[in-house]
Amino acid sequence: MHQTQFQQYHGKVALKRATSEPPWVRRLLLALAFAFLGLFLLLPLAAVFSEALRKGWDVYLAAITESDAVSAMQLTLIAALIAVPLNLVFGVAAAWAIAKFEFKGKSFLITLIDLPFAVSPVIAGLIFVLIFGLQGWFGEWLIDHDIKVVFAVPGIVLATIFVTFPFVARELIPLMQAQGKEEEEAALVLGASGWKMLWHVTLPNVKWGLIYGVILTNARAMGEFGAVSVVSGHIRGLTNTMPLHVEILYNEYNYAAAFAVASLLTLLALVTLILKTYVEWQASQSAADNEQEVTV
Amino acid sequence: MKKKKKHLLPGFGLSLGYTLVYLSLIVLIPLAAVFLRSAELGPSEFWAVVTTPRVLATYRLTFGASLIAALINLVFGLLTAWVLVRYQFFGKKVLDALVDLPFALPTAVAGISLTAIYAPNGWLGQWLEPHGIKVAFTPLGVVVALTFIGLPFVVRTVQPILEDFSAEAEEAAASLGANRWQTFYKIILPAIWPALLTGFSLAFARAVGEYGSVIFIAGNMPMVSEITPLMIITKLEQYDYAGATAIAVVMLVISFALLLIINLLQWWSSHRHGNRA
Repeated sequence: MHQTQFQQYHGKVALKRATSEPPWVRRLLLALAFAFLGLFLLLPLAAVFSEALRKGWDVYLAAITESDAVSAMQLTLIAALIAVPLNLVFGVAAAWAIAKFEFKGKSFLITLIDLPFAVSPVIAGLIFVLIFGLQGWFGEWLIDHDIKVVFAVPGIVLATIFVTFPFVARELIPLMQAQGKEEEEAALVLGASGWKMLWHVTLPNVKWGLIYGVILTNARAMGEFGAVSVVSGHIRGLTNTMPLHVEILYNEYNYAAAFAVASLLTLLALVTLILKTYVEWQASQSAADNEQEVTV
Repeated sequence: MKKKKKHLLPGFGLSLGYTLVYLSLIVLIPLAAVFLRSAELGPSEFWAVVTTPRVLATYRLTFGASLIAALINLVFGLLTAWVLVRYQFFGKKVLDALVDLPFALPTAVAGISLTAIYAPNGWLGQWLEPHGIKVAFTPLGVVVALTFIGLPFVVRTVQPILEDFSAEAEEAAASLGANRWQTFYKIILPAIWPALLTGFSLAFARAVGEYGSVIFIAGNMPMVSEITPLMIITKLEQYDYAGATAIAVVMLVISFALLLIINLLQWWSSHRHGNRA
């Protein structure tokens, strides 16, 4: 208050100097970060498209419209279309129980839900071979009834469900916890049924978290390699997903085709990142709106 | 003390019941299968399978390369988070979004792409090879792939802590005469330390189990560049289910121990920073 403008100005400069790095350090840190991210993110991204188009558009188009590639895409879609809704329903149920109620062993339950993240994808495939495979627990029974799980589509779907298991639940649990239960209780007091409350109050409140979880689940479901590779049996046109198709083409030294199919998966990854960024932005907007409502 | 209030909200039994059944069917029972099946081997047989020289070599590579990759990500992840939070530059939003690429990109795609870059005729391989640096088809390639896979973890755990870090603490340190390095070392680093450790352990845990991105670039030579998950696949392809299961049990036990450590770290981290929602 007793400072002159001159003193204030100099105080600010000194403070800025003391709480930020000298320009040459800034430039050095930026250069190092750019080099690292360029080397590990941009270069691999560029390499996929460059290799895919190395032999021209004709080879590229032929590779992604060939019948084995198309059936791989279909299987990838089927696996995701089954795994995503199932894990979505589970995620909502788990988040409801964990976020809105108190019970013993809650944090242990959360840890159990996280387990699939800690398990190597290869082991995720192995467990289903041990249960449903020829030498597995249900192996003989399945043969007797002519049901194929391992080296067939059901095994691929199961492995996909396993590796994407925690995503939706993990997004929803903290979100629902933060929102408390007043709004739901109000809806019930006003006479809404349980399902009505879920549909009109709970789900709209966690909309962005839900979509976020679905995006992550879908990306992982479509891109999973290790787990699916163990249970697939690699039968072309039958039990090949897109990532497995990439592997087969690559191992046959058909690099242009392998990278062509890989480029589709890369586009999927980029779309995922764009959607994810958009959803994060929307979520922060609606959070800011809510805060404004409270202050007004 | 008041008596326990009855739940006003409905659906506790249904949602918890469904959660437990689904969790058991998809995760718990199948995982239990691994442990039960491995018990079919006697203890001495089990020990023999998981300690053959070839398997021991895979542990060394898997854990060694994962450790190096996680350390690289510790340093450069902190750097990336710092640059993204503190500096303004062109294309920052795009770069920020791209940090999650390793989560979104299928691992097989990452594997073949990195191999193409570091192969002897690749974009970088052709420059490194004449200097005697071989990356593709060597353990170094494994480190490169695992660094890619673990890249987002440290950035994403440290970034929010740095964003919330109050300028007052830094200003106070500066006004008490600390130089920039002292402020960083004594004020900022202790605050982000739990987050750094969490990100490091997450990156390490992810790298240990990684398969898809590694097998293309590793070359997969026994005793040299074979990772443990590949060993499981090799055993399975030889119909050696017991052997595959035994190695899987070793990996699972280590992974669960890591998960426990990560949970403790996160608990520590959230308690140090107060309970923010």
